[in-house]
Amino acid sequence: MVTATEVGGAATSPPLTFRSRLRRSVGPDTDGYFFVLPTVIIVFCLIIYPFGLAVWYSVSNAFIGEETHFIGLENFQYIIFEDDIFMLTVRNTLLFAAISVVVKVVLGLLCAMLLLRILKLRRFLRGAMLLPFVAPTALTTLAWWLILDPTYSHINWLFEHAWPFSLFDMGPYNFLGEPTLALSSVIFVNIWRGLPFFIITILAGLVSIPDHLYEAADIDGASTMDKFWKITLPLLRPVLAVIILFSTIFTLADFNIVYVLTRGGPMNETHLFATYSFTAGVLNHEIGLGAAIALFLFPIMVLTVIFLLRLVRRDSEYEL
Amino acid sequence: MATIKLQDLWKHYGEVQAVRGINLDIAHNEFVALVGPSGCGKTTTLRMIAGLEDITGGMVQIGDRVVNEVPPKDRDIAMVFQNYALYPHMSVYQNMSFGLRIRKTSKEEIDRRVQNAADILNIGELLERRPKQLSGGQRQRVAMGRAIVRDPVVFLFDEPLSNLDAKLRVQMRTEIKKIHQRVQTTVVYVTHDQIEAMTLADRIVVMNNGVIEQVGTPDEMYSNPRTHFVASFIGSPSMNFTPCNLTKTAGGLAVRLNDDISLPVPEERAARYASYADKEMIFGIRPEHVTERRQHANGAQQDIDANVNVLEPMGIDTMVFFSLGPTEICARAEPSAVSNVGESMGFTVNMDKMHLIDPSTDAVV
Repeated sequence: MVTATEVGGAATSPPLTFRSRLRRSVGPDTDGYFFVLPTVIIVFCLIIYPFGLAVWYSVSNAFIGEETHFIGLENFQYIIFEDDIFMLTVRNTLLFAAISVVVKVVLGLLCAMLLLRILKLRRFLRGAMLLPFVAPTALTTLAWWLILDPTYSHINWLFEHAWPFSLFDMGPYNFLGEPTLALSSVIFVNIWRGLPFFIITILAGLVSIPDHLYEAADIDGASTMDKFWKITLPLLRPVLAVIILFSTIFTLADFNIVYVLTRGGPMNETHLFATYSFTAGVLNHEIGLGAAIALFLFPIMVLTVIFLLRLVRRDSEYEL
Repeated sequence: MATIKLQDLWKHYGEVQAVRGINLDIAHNEFVALVGPSGCGKTTTLRMIAGLEDITGGMVQIGDRVVNEVPPKDRDIAMVFQNYALYPHMSVYQNMSFGLRIRKTSKEEIDRRVQNAADILNIGELLERRPKQLSGGQRQRVAMGRAIVRDPVVFLFDEPLSNLDAKLRVQMRTEIKKIHQRVQTTVVYVTHDQIEAMTLADRIVVMNNGVIEQVGTPDEMYSNPRTHFVASFIGSPSMNFTPCNLTKTAGGLAVRLNDDISLPVPEERAARYASYADKEMIFGIRPEHVTERRQHANGAQQDIDANVNVLEPMGIDTMVFFSLGPTEICARAEPSAVSNVGESMGFTVNMDKMHLIDPSTDAVV
């Protein structure tokens, strides 16, 4: 039985000590904090600290071997208003990411749909498809560098000696020496490398669309095109949004391919944020400037991620 | 006029023969149920009518047109799938109107038809929902709605109720019957549930191993099965079968079940069975024709006694299982007249309803 005194006793709580206030704010159980501590330490050391350091460098005149001073937004002022190469870098990065992601989506869809229909050698082809993705980038890019090299270019040799290319009197081209061709080559190699990821992921998405939906559409009178636009594509949208998100992030931050193929050249025409930042910060020793360049990518990435995540959330509200 | 004609229809999957030369004529506005166990070829047959499956041999004709090479979209059919096959990214309204939108029907016409179908199916307030937000029964209705708005000449149902729970299944069965009465079209309905087939169809087609065993009205299937398979498949609980010897007696023929029990064959059947005298046959009798001891209405009733093995009360009746020679027989008895398990009980067998099967041909003679 509940008496009046008991009810009254529960209502008037004792004065809050520091301990009980702490307990109230962190929760009844403090063990959990110790369990996440290792992760917190790792994240702090490997992500938060370097990121903070980069922010600090970007607003300083850090130069290897010299004393570092705070200089406000001078670095940013410089790259935005005075540095022509930086503007080129912004243009290149956006072109590079946009073209390569769009081409990868389109080609990825095409190849995935082809692979879905191929019955013979299916396992072999699916495995082989992954090769560019699993081979070390630096290594394969080196091979591409050889293929595109003006002196040893296999492609130029083909244009000159192999029928039917030999009929057209093409080339030789300086694939890595001419600005437009160099940027195109870099984009091409990035597509070559990134396409398998798209194909395999889209293929997984395609496989998960049940056949009976297509049969229902057949009976509803849909043509092949109708089925693609009204069933396949809408149902692939969550998958596409995720891979576009990942691919955009990795493409915007790409370093290997450009660095191995062109080192940003010719005449800094193929620099991306990562390679230009590396050139400025590490090769030219201007750490502050390098950090500012790299940080410039951050807001672009954040906006991209927010935009794409919205798309994913909106589309994943149905199940198959 | 939407008649359907299947002529010597074959379907092979490599070595496997799923459908082996079936012939069937379905009349305009007739409700035909294809029924049979899993793998009997009923769904394959339906899919060949729909055009979702290539035809290996033979002919499918809808109306006056041979449709062997006609793609599904040009056959003027609608199909309700076992798993509904609703487009998950579309609302109910969009699902139902998909076929019409593809065919570029005017907006007003689409609206009118969808509203009409939604009224028939009572799903007016669900039109804005996605399939995910619907219960199984509601999805089922939407799938039917998608078929109804198309106003096709032929309706195909592929086990539409098998994903629903037992209660809902009975409810939707009635719904489907009502809808067919309202929306008069030719219906081909595939099911493995013989009760569904019996209750819904004008005619039942029992299939087994890729061939048609028998075609007939539900009553015919029940009273006059032509093969052992149909006799065992139609009816619930299913017919009792026990080996017997057809012996000649002074008064005519008798079904000799064992040394003790010999049941005289009614006179009017004697001529029909005469040629099978002295042969090993299979005696078939439905549980409802083996009852607690009753007064004999005519000479066809025979009494037997047996010990009760198992009782299954069903409310209105109680199923009584007892041994008769090597087999267990199920009888349907009045609950008040049932003895306890292990005790002896008197049964009356209505020999007017007996079936005799020739084991060499599996035909009911």
